[in-house]
Amino acid sequence: MLEIGKTKVDQHITLKLEGEVDASNSVELDMAIQQLLGENVDKIMIDGSFLEYISSAGLGVFMSYLEDFQEKGIKFVIFGLNDKVKNVFHILGLDQLLIIKDDEEKALDVLYEG
Amino acid sequence: MRKKLLTCFMRDELTLYCEKSKLSELRLFLTDVLINTKLSEINKNQIILAVEEVCANLIIHSHACNPNDSIMLDVTQDKHQIIFEIKDSGKAFNLLEYQEPQLSDVIKEKRKGGLGIILVKKIMDSIEFESVGNQNICRLTKCLNSK
Repeated sequence: MLEIGKTKVDQHITLKLEGEVDASNSVELDMAIQQLLGENVDKIMIDGSFLEYISSAGLGVFMSYLEDFQEKGIKFVIFGLNDKVKNVFHILGLDQLLIIKDDEEKALDVLYEG
Repeated sequence: MRKKLLTCFMRDELTLYCEKSKLSELRLFLTDVLINTKLSEINKNQIILAVEEVCANLIIHSHACNPNDSIMLDVTQDKHQIIFEIKDSGKAFNLLEYQEPQLSDVIKEKRKGGLGIILVKKIMDSIEFESVGNQNICRLTKCLNSK
């Protein structure tokens, strides 16, 4: 079960993920990010505070947008991951490729720095 | 179904129908199987993930999400190790022969698959694959107090 909430504050959009991302619903995450790309947003945050589980299907979605984010100059930050979920990013070394912060405040610093 | 034999090891079985929506049931089953182990929550999650990745691959790639097909998961554990035997019939998917992609290729080609097998190989202590006739067995072993 996955719920995706979307909120816009200032110049950034936050996608709040609640539940579990696996092969059965990763397409929902994919569509949500795809939609943001069409909205010309240049600051995106993923609130993972209520994300209980992620499998490779979900990780693959984030990975598949890395180039798009770079090409379009989109800042993308994930925050609030619990230890289990953070560990899964770490096993694959994705914590080196994606910006992952502990909390919203630190994530906002990244989005609005410079 | 849980059978306790001479208190030396435990055995659990699950029949999993080949629908992606069944993966959450699989996780509940595995959570229950691991409940009495002394593994940390992080390690339990890793094991659940690795078993799910293999099952998801079979469901999607070998069985094309056909809900009439099923795969069988057999878990045996003693105090030293947990063995997951994932059995199915049909087109064999040999994890060991699969050349997992480089992360850089995953990014460049925007492919959304291929990461699962990397996870399985990093998490499990041993991966064996057997194919006899129409029956395929993927055996994942996790030593307790390791990795």
